[in-house]
Parts: sequence; structure tokens; C-alpha cells
Amino acid sequence: MSSTLSEKVWERHVVRRAAGEPDLLYVDLHLVHEVTSPQAFEGLRLSKRRVRRPDLTLATMDHNVPTNDEPAEDISARQIEAMARNAREFGVRCYPTGDPNQGIVHVISPQLGLTQPGMTIVCGDSHTSTHGALGALAWGIGTSEIEHVLATQTIVQTKPGTMAVTVEGVLPADCAAKDVILGIIARIGTAGGTGKVIEYRGAAIRALSIEGRLTICNMSIEAGARAGMVAPDDVTFAWLEGRPFAPKGALWENALDDWRSVATDAGASFDREITIDASTLRPYVTWGTNPAQSVTIDGAVPDPDALPADARESARRALRYQELLPGTRVRDIAVDAVFIGSCTNARLEDLRLASEVVRGRKVRSGLRALVVPGSMRVKADAEREGLDRIFRDAGFEWRDAGCSMCLGMNPDVLRPGERCASTSNRNFEGRQGPGGRTHLVSPTVAAATAIAGHFALPADL
Amino acid sequence: MEPTRLVTGRALPLERANVDTDQIIPSHWLKRIERTGYALGLFEAWRKDPSFVLNDDRYRGAKILIAGANFGCGSSREHAVWALRESGFRAVIAPTIADIFKSNAIKNGLVPVELESDAVSRLLAAVKADAGTTITVDVAQRTVAAPGLEASFALADFFQTYLLEGLDDIALTLRHERDIAAFEANRAEWLPRVR
Repeated sequence: MSSTLSEKVWERHVVRRAAGEPDLLYVDLHLVHEVTSPQAFEGLRLSKRRVRRPDLTLATMDHNVPTNDEPAEDISARQIEAMARNAREFGVRCYPTGDPNQGIVHVISPQLGLTQPGMTIVCGDSHTSTHGALGALAWGIGTSEIEHVLATQTIVQTKPGTMAVTVEGVLPADCAAKDVILGIIARIGTAGGTGKVIEYRGAAIRALSIEGRLTICNMSIEAGARAGMVAPDDVTFAWLEGRPFAPKGALWENALDDWRSVATDAGASFDREITIDASTLRPYVTWGTNPAQSVTIDGAVPDPDALPADARESARRALRYQELLPGTRVRDIAVDAVFIGSCTNARLEDLRLASEVVRGRKVRSGLRALVVPGSMRVKADAEREGLDRIFRDAGFEWRDAGCSMCLGMNPDVLRPGERCASTSNRNFEGRQGPGGRTHLVSPTVAAATAIAGHFALPADL
Repeated sequence: MEPTRLVTGRALPLERANVDTDQIIPSHWLKRIERTGYALGLFEAWRKDPSFVLNDDRYRGAKILIAGANFGCGSSREHAVWALRESGFRAVIAPTIADIFKSNAIKNGLVPVELESDAVSRLLAAVKADAGTTITVDVAQRTVAAPGLEASFALADFFQTYLLEGLDDIALTLRHERDIAAFEANRAEWLPRVR
């Protein structure tokens, strides 16, 4: 019988299947960070359980860590210390702050070659969907499930549905992967993928680099999906070859043979399919407080009364929170801060794109602009290319790796009422700090906006 | 976890769609390393508005939260469920509930109830008209009952048993140790190991 990519990877990992029960699935890689794991390790301690497979478990510190030279506040330091202590006690490898491999969990695992086609990967973070860019089935879990995976290396899961999002054609030159996913979410909504794994297909997806595919799969959760995936291809294999944890020698050849079979069969059908013409996409800017509330940069803030009935009330609420008036042109909206970072858009390619825009220019006076590389390796690579100089010369702060202003857990937060152009993934109320206002954009738009002081494209500068 | 069979009580009407977990419990509360101590963080930002429904004394002691579609979307933070539980909630009723939240809820004895939008609207109207309206969520029957309304909801057998018996799911899985070991013996050689 023909099956889809996600179904194939699922079936390969069924440890136990029984009528009337969800499947018991094996987990190939469990990624752990300081914020959602302490209660899980405490649970193991209380029940005198151990970590079953420390060799398939990797920890780092990302959500709560300072990204400058300031020490962490006491309560954060306590959590960071708990991560280090738990890793020691349970024999789990951890890349702590200060380690050259430290960084955002969803940036470091692909970068190290740990994320590979056909694997199952879980992490106590909803953006685990990122890893699907390499053909892995990867999803976010809660703390109780973390404890379960630590103790058993398995997870009890109901089989998700399948969804194909096919992006055909060629993306306009000023659009990035971020615009593709914002465009998809604008179309299918914040619950458009609920209960399903989205497979991104089509010529425009194939044409993207792995880094672009990571950006797209990252935001699958913003469409409510359990996971997002792209079938592995030669781009994937070329990207993986030679990475520290990628197979070597004969094992590489064996792996390649297997990975080529990790794809949707020709006759397979999906529970839901949509097709998007890439040439119709434009750079997107969110105006509201969920990632589906967006318009193109050429557009204006919508009038809630002109929206479908079920979207009006939340649009009115969002505009009150964002302090925006219907009809305001997007390019006329001024910002107080620009954040280039997060597991969505803080890889080397993102920093290169942004640096090209800011090279030789200056950040608008009075505006706070931050670049927070996704990992210390990304930071080192960028510095080798001199990107740090370009950003610093333009007036950006150049930071150490972490989640930083994406979720406002460390001191990098917006002040109440501040407006930010952000390359992150969520524009929820208060996400970047209580009272802060977030607009999601691509690295290119973020960079141009930092220079112009209002939403802009490089061509506007 | 304690068994959850019946949730009977008053309900809090939260008439908003896409209530995300950043609203349920803002991120700065996630710096704690304990499973408790989250009640004060529940809807922290919205609570600053005196007219927010959680500040309405008539709904004090509500056990059931009724909300709009896509409740619990966003982050995987189980802290959102812990904050609701600690604040006395034992069930959430909404037209749709986000996947990770739903799974976290079941693990903590917070019953996730998805009903047709129309039924949710009627419950909201009833509770707004009379804060004393008593609603019963019956896990064994998979039904919701309120004056003038009876509806059933979907809950897979496995998760129903889980709630009814308050099971330790790790102990359940560890009974399948032989299956896990057999699977491990056949994993591909090239798969990565971090140590």
C-alpha cells in the first residue's frame, strides 16, 4: 500500500501496537533544555528511575540564558544550574553556556548532523517541528512526556493525520522562506494543521536551502500542526555529509540508500491537500497577535468589519492591543526595536541575508537592534565572515546564542508599549515582554526596517 | 495522579479564540523548577484588567473553563495545565483544543472536552446568564450535561481509562520492556549517538 513520508517514518518506529490503544513509538533522539525538563528529572528521582538511553539524549541551555556578559538573575541561574546538575546525575551530555556547541536546541542539532532523515525526534518545545526539514518526524512534547521519554525512550502517541502543502512555481526575489510559511499560515489559519503532519512539497520548497526549509518546518506549529516535514533529497544529503554526527564511510553509503526511500509514494493520498503558487507570495508582516493575522508589506492594516465574521472579534482585540488603526499602510508603521534571532531565523543564511541589507548603513537613531545568533557555532561562522563587524558598525548589538527576545525569558525583553520587528515565530500578546508588540517578518525585512525605522524592503532604502 | 471520573461545578466563560499558552502562563513563570506555584501566574496579563472574567467574583471557584476555538495553542509548556489545575480547574470545554495542550491536560487530570461550536456557544450563554449554572463533565460516559443541554464528546478509550484510573503511564510502558529491547536490537547502525 502506498503511504506518505510521515506515515513511513511513523511505521518504522512502532514498538508496540494494540487495538484500541495509541501506538508506542521509539524515539531516536531526545533533545532537552533547561526550562521544561527540571520537573521531569525530579519525577525520575522520586520514582527512582534512570535515563534509559543517555546516548540518545542531548541537553543544552537556551531559553533562559543571558546573551550578553551580564550574569543570569538568581531564579534563572537556579534553573541553569539544575540543568547542569541533572545532566551530571543522569549521565546526559549537556552543552552548557560557554561551550562552543551551545545554542538554541533546534539550531544545534541539525548543525551537528544529529538530525537525520527518517528519525523520530522529540523535545519539550513546540518548535521541535523544525527538524522535519531534513525528513525527520519531530514534534514538541510536555514535561510529563519528557519524563516518559527519559525513562523509556518511547512515547505513547495517537497517529496523526496527513496534510500536503504544495508550493509550486518560483518565489519572487525579495521573498524568503519566512514569507512562504507566513503566507501558508495566512491561508490555512492557526488551526489549519491541527492533528496533522504537514508535508511541504513542490518546486518552490525543493529550491530552498536546508536553512530555508528549517524556517518553514519550524512554524508548522503556528498552523496548529503536530509536525512539518520535507522529503530528503540531494540538497539534504549534501548538507549532512561531513557533519560531526553524520554517518561516515560505509555507514554513510548505507544511510544514503535508506534515506532515498524516505519519501511519499506516488499513489499516496493525504487527508488534506492545498496548493499555493509561489509567485503570488510577497514579503509578509503580521499586524495582529497570532501568526495568521498578517498582510503583505505592500498592504495595510485590515478593517475588522471587512474580515470574515469569525475573525472580527479577535482582530478588534488584536488591533487594540497592537494600537493600530485599520487602513494604516504597513510601511507607515514605525518600530522601536528589531530582533534578528530565534530558532526560526538565526542561522548563518539568515544572518548573511540581513547583513547584506545593513552593510554600510546605520540603524535608525533611537531604535534598539539586536542580532542573537542561533548557536555559538553560527556566531563563530558569522564572525569568520566578518558579519559581526557589519552589524556592529551599523549599530546592532551582537550577542551570544540563545532564545533571547523571542520569548522574553531572559533580560532581553520589550518594554510595555514598544513595537518590534522580529524574525521569531510568535506575535502573541506580551510574548517578547509584558505589553510589548510583535510583528513577525523575514530577516531581510527586519534588517531593512532597522535602517528605515518603519517596515521596509531593501529596495525602499 | 488521582482518578478523574466526574467534574461537576460552575464554569468560567472565556469568550476568546486562540487563547495561547503565553496568555495562560507567561514565560517568566517558567523559570521555576517545581511543578507547583503557578496559580498566581494564570492569565497574569489579562487579570490586570479588572473587567477580565477571572476577576469576576461570581465565577470564583469555577471548576470548568469554557473558551473559544484552538484553546491552548502555541508553546508546549505543561505549566499552562499546572496553572489551571492549581487554580481549581478540572476540565476545559472548547470547540477545538490544541494538540500538545490536550495531551498535557490528560497527563494531569484536566479533562479536555471538544464540543461543536454551537454547543459551546450555548454553554457560554447559559453561564453568562447565570453564573451559578452547574455543568457536569462525565468522563465515563463522555458526556457534558447542563440545564437544557446534553452533549457527548470524543475521548479515545486509552485516554479515558487513563483519566478514570489515574494511571502512571511510565509504569504502563515499562511493562513492555521486552518490546522496547527487541526494537532497540534492530535499529540501524548509522543512527547517531551523542555519547
